[in-house]
Amino acid sequence: MAAMVSSTDKRVVPAATNGVNSWGLGDGQAIPWEYAPAPEARDLVTLKERYGLFINGRSVAATGGGTFTTVDPATEQPLARVARATTADVDKAVRAARRAQSRSWGQLPGKERAKYLFRISRILQERSREFAVLESMDSGKPIKESRDVDVPLAASHFWYYAGWADKLDYAFPGRVARPLGVAAQIIPWNFPLLMLAWKIAPALAAGNTVVLKPASTTPLSALLFADVCVQADLPPGTVNIVTGPGEIGMDLVTHKLVDKVAFTGSTEIGRRIARGVAGTDKALTLELGGKAANIVFDDAPLDQAIEGIVNGIYFNQGEVCCAGSRLLVQESIAEPLIDKLKDRLATIRVGDPLDKNTDVGAINSKSQLDKITELVQSGIDEGADIYQPACDLPDRGYFFRPTLFTNVAQSHRIAREEIFGPVLSVLTFRTPEEAIEKANNTVYGLSAGVWTDKGSRILEMVSRLKAGVVWANTFNRFDPTSPFGGYKDSGFGREGGMHGLHAYVRLEDR
Amino acid sequence: MAAPTDTRIEVRKTYKLYIGGAFPRTESGRSYLVSAADGAPLANACRASRKDLREAVRAARKAHVDWAARTAMNRGQVLYRVAELMEGRRDQFAGEVALAEGLRDGRAREVVDRAIDRWVWYAGWADKISQVLGSANPVAAPYFNFTIPEATGVVGLVAPETSSLLGLVSRLAPPLVSGNAVVLIASETRPLPAVTLSEVLATSDVPGGVVNVLTGLKAELVPVLAAHGDVDALDTWGVPEAMRLATEQAAADDIKRLSRRPTTVDEARFDWLDDRATERPEWIAAFLEMKTVWHPIGM
Repeated sequence: MAAMVSSTDKRVVPAATNGVNSWGLGDGQAIPWEYAPAPEARDLVTLKERYGLFINGRSVAATGGGTFTTVDPATEQPLARVARATTADVDKAVRAARRAQSRSWGQLPGKERAKYLFRISRILQERSREFAVLESMDSGKPIKESRDVDVPLAASHFWYYAGWADKLDYAFPGRVARPLGVAAQIIPWNFPLLMLAWKIAPALAAGNTVVLKPASTTPLSALLFADVCVQADLPPGTVNIVTGPGEIGMDLVTHKLVDKVAFTGSTEIGRRIARGVAGTDKALTLELGGKAANIVFDDAPLDQAIEGIVNGIYFNQGEVCCAGSRLLVQESIAEPLIDKLKDRLATIRVGDPLDKNTDVGAINSKSQLDKITELVQSGIDEGADIYQPACDLPDRGYFFRPTLFTNVAQSHRIAREEIFGPVLSVLTFRTPEEAIEKANNTVYGLSAGVWTDKGSRILEMVSRLKAGVVWANTFNRFDPTSPFGGYKDSGFGREGGMHGLHAYVRLEDR
Repeated sequence: MAAPTDTRIEVRKTYKLYIGGAFPRTESGRSYLVSAADGAPLANACRASRKDLREAVRAARKAHVDWAARTAMNRGQVLYRVAELMEGRRDQFAGEVALAEGLRDGRAREVVDRAIDRWVWYAGWADKISQVLGSANPVAAPYFNFTIPEATGVVGLVAPETSSLLGLVSRLAPPLVSGNAVVLIASETRPLPAVTLSEVLATSDVPGGVVNVLTGLKAELVPVLAAHGDVDALDTWGVPEAMRLATEQAAADDIKRLSRRPTTVDEARFDWLDDRATERPEWIAAFLEMKTVWHPIGM
């Protein structure tokens, strides 16, 4: 999650033409640079032609043999055929999980569960490059990020929760923590492997078994994870993975043998899932959309803030639920800050996700690209001023330029709706009160950022911002020990840390 | 010469709503007859309307800000004072609970005493819950990182139908401890102890609007409470079985936090006198949001 450009990783070649990249003199007019290609080797990944569902420890075809294609969003070329699960397959997976919960995994002492989870963490570390390359191929995210963020964090998530498996008594003093049973887990396409780890690690640590449904555009890293489960000798049925369209996700949520539902994705689908568990005893956690305010005061360290703003909204193409998509700048520094930001935008490298220099990769799918395009158009139509650096986009693939809107009103759709793309809306404020008012003026409450040199102001802002994660003088940091989750329509429940365990246990009296 | 007591006409109490610290009658001008457990008529209670409910939510939203901003110790003292004032009204509560629930006098007194003690138990949590449920998180990078609980906001509370005072207090105290404001729908058939409790709240130091008490028909009020966009969380303990599904579905539409009675628990048979079952920090945690804060460490 480090700053998107570090001074050591660019090979600088002055270019004669087109001013593709620039540095420092304002508005893309300055010294142009060019970067030699630095492609990551793809041959670490052996793609299968077909991938099955992972049920009861084995790869199986879907009932009826249906499949769908997953494509590389950077090239629009198909990567593999993946089994399209049916309602019957979901039932098989849940029953396998149920059996494993009552007969094998659920019977293991915490000490033994821990060792399995440590194993998984180690295997993820050992095969990290393979996972990183596959993740970038299937999702479009820059290899720099899958290599340095997604995969190491996924491994450390398993590591962290492994240690909890035999220490649950210390997490819930005065109570005995029992597993809930079978967890149905549905994850999005923006961090496919990392979200898998966030879901599976605490569930298994607490003694639950899982049926996980990855997003239909990014199933491959989950199916490679199935191989990790096999390598780790995890008891069959402990982890089951079903791939397919959204409807089978609802089959999973409403299955009567499911005890716990965990979902990360849009608020709209979150509502449907909450309705799906209504009237039952199923436990539910939801991690939904966001429209985070990133607030910059006039005493903020400006250069650090610029890096934080860029990281906040252009990390992972802005396809991040906690992205800092609303920049609130104190009026007195708005002009110099926006100038600096435009300069910085001109240095962002958009392109091949597998290129180690790439800062912004491909948008995950055509439909997501269309959604971003539509919302950006609404920003123009509603009267905001658009700025995009002059950068060449690849001929094929789903790419979108880093985009900045100024003169944005709170009523504009680009200030209210989650875009889930590399699009920043800039608003201004005069007083701290106004900043808080504007920051909280959203149905969402996942994250927020504050930039100022004044400690007491940070703490006051922190206590008044309605958001589950507040980054002060930083942004978009994640760690397995750090709870993550939303206020308001951004969902409920926490993932990560000791609080993340709570979502997977039933507390009984001692 | 007849003793004056023989001819004295009793001054009856008008049972009103409690909204924003005041005691209005329902704007709808409606009431319903409340009877004792033995069928004897007791009083006309207000049959609150959806407009009353909206007013109550508005009052709660306003009051929540100040209540949550109080120091934890102050909230604890204020809630403890509710116990102090109830102690002085033990006889009144015991009489009402005995009539409403058909309890013998001794049993009714036990219920009232336990309700008072429950306020004391929960009040003591106010300045401890952050320490027990918060955390400092050892992230693998140079950042200071901590997690603190905060009140969710406005909580809708459908009070237990059977246990009109002890059940109500057991569900009401937990959300208040951390700084939530509450809109509660009292037991429909046994609403009078809740109204008397509101009179205690009004004369204690609980700021007006922090607790709002509505009496009326659950079939009319619960759907409005469950669907209200400015209610952040819903306690469904007292939702009638037939309304459970629709209530939870309505709550899903604006991602309300639900505190649900397990389907395996029969509300009418739940033992509210069981301290272990009813004095639980988890019940406080159900109305909390965890906030995690990061800051870099460096010179």
